[in-house]
Amino acid sequence: MSTRIGTVFGQELRQARRNLWVILATAVLGLFALALALFGAGQGSGLKVDVLTLTAVSLATLSVYLIPLIALLMSYDSISGEVERGSLALTFATPVRRWEVFVGKFLAQTVAVCVAILIAFGTVGCVIALLSETGQDGIFAWLRLMLTAGGLGAIFVGIGLMVSALTCRTARAAAAAVGVWLLLVVLYDVALLGAIMAAGEGIFATHVFPWLVIANPADAFRLYNLAMIDAAPVAGIDGLAQTLPFPPVAALAALGIWLVATIAIGSARTRRIVP
Amino acid sequence: MTETLAIKALCLSFGGQKVLDDVSLSVQPGERLALLGHNGAGKSTLFKTVLGFLRPCSGTVAVAGHAPGSDLAREAVNYLPEVVSFQRNLSGREVLSYFSGLRGTPKAEVSDLLARVGLLEAADRAVGAYSKGMRQRLGLAQALIGTPRLLLLDEPTSGLDPVSRHEFYEVIADAAARGSAVLLSSHGLEEVQDKTDRIAILARGRLTAEGTLAELAHKAGLPTTIRISARPGAADALHGEFGGRRINGCRLALDCAQGAKVDLLARLGRHQDKLRDIDIAPPGLTDIYRHFSRTGPTEDQT
Repeated sequence: MSTRIGTVFGQELRQARRNLWVILATAVLGLFALALALFGAGQGSGLKVDVLTLTAVSLATLSVYLIPLIALLMSYDSISGEVERGSLALTFATPVRRWEVFVGKFLAQTVAVCVAILIAFGTVGCVIALLSETGQDGIFAWLRLMLTAGGLGAIFVGIGLMVSALTCRTARAAAAAVGVWLLLVVLYDVALLGAIMAAGEGIFATHVFPWLVIANPADAFRLYNLAMIDAAPVAGIDGLAQTLPFPPVAALAALGIWLVATIAIGSARTRRIVP
Repeated sequence: MTETLAIKALCLSFGGQKVLDDVSLSVQPGERLALLGHNGAGKSTLFKTVLGFLRPCSGTVAVAGHAPGSDLAREAVNYLPEVVSFQRNLSGREVLSYFSGLRGTPKAEVSDLLARVGLLEAADRAVGAYSKGMRQRLGLAQALIGTPRLLLLDEPTSGLDPVSRHEFYEVIADAAARGSAVLLSSHGLEEVQDKTDRIAILARGRLTAEGTLAELAHKAGLPTTIRISARPGAADALHGEFGGRRINGCRLALDCAQGAKVDLLARLGRHQDKLRDIDIAPPGLTDIYRHFSRTGPTEDQT
């Protein structure tokens, strides 16, 4: 079992490297992190928090857009493309289990995303820490950001693979991946803001709304990072970070549920593919 | 249980339409069976059923005695689909190592397989730079991993030039000599003549013929056509004597059953003075193939 997952894993990782996904993702994430760090350094002197913390806050907000996009782009074609090329029929004809193929692909692409995050955010974090006065809080905020960003990437790799297994056609998988990104990253927030405006103060705002926010993996990621930083300057939905009716760890649990659900649904769906 | 592949009364439908109808066939170890049929005759569907990708409506399939798609069946069977394109940025060796890993066979086998299909030199080049023939041979090498008990080759030589095709069949013969049962599909009899041990013809989901080429030719019972050219002015007399079809003013075509050939030629010999030339055309492979892929289903439908 482990050697077969390892074989799928190795092949996928090799492709992610050859397709330059890792380099591209690293470059994009690194450049954005650096830009935000310079911006943070510019205004940092006036605030009571250090530059690293400040950059972690703004990077958490930006990562919500970038990391899901990178993860979806890396994964949406992975199964549907192989169905169309005919190579999945070959793979499925071997003694490998269907779920092993799904999990092997998932692990490889997750590693690819995490390596990109580690190199990009790690490098920029070290640069900031060395060049400015940095306290313990700032370092922890940065480490939390890197870890949860990896988790966010893993979830969206899982969603991308699940979409790929559900559609089995590259064109449809691409459309579905764009749709998922728009829905979870952009439209969901807009809809929630509209709802809270309409509902005003009340049961919805205090008891329903917070749960709706962490039900979305992108929001759960951002909320967790912001809630863990006391001095974070926040606005909009993120204002919730300072008045959470549950401990921030609940947001991590929501991420965990998403991760398990996408892998379970994706694996189950992969079993039913007729290649 | 001696058959490597045993299919009995297999039926399969897509959306109410029968794609495979009462198909029974078996392949023994070391035997090569060619499955012929038009596009859409059900060949690929049959392969996918043997692989366990599709579930039959009725009938049974046993791969080395195991249910299709089960672990033991998948260990026994190797497959080369009709259309496959491997990742362009991987090398041939990496592609084979991947499938070798999935089958849990020793990696040392990979170089040997590459040599067997003549790809050792190109082994470390990217598959994207391979020619069609090389890609097809890589597919074949992939299908030979782990000395399979059953080899399923779906139109393995379509699009190959005659030389590549010949080499391809040599590798298949070698695999059969090592004990693999081979089931391969093809479009035409010419191609598999002398290359396979038995032939089965599939037409609109039904098996219309099965046997050696000689048996098929016998079963088809197609007439030999004898064309005669008459000397000037003698054509009408010959037409009156022997019947047949007039091709033009001086030529005549006579259809004659296998057994009556010698007799007819002897009768023609008596009219030597009226004959300029005789041309004998026994039924060709194409005629036999067309006979079985056409007559079968129409008879069944009436």
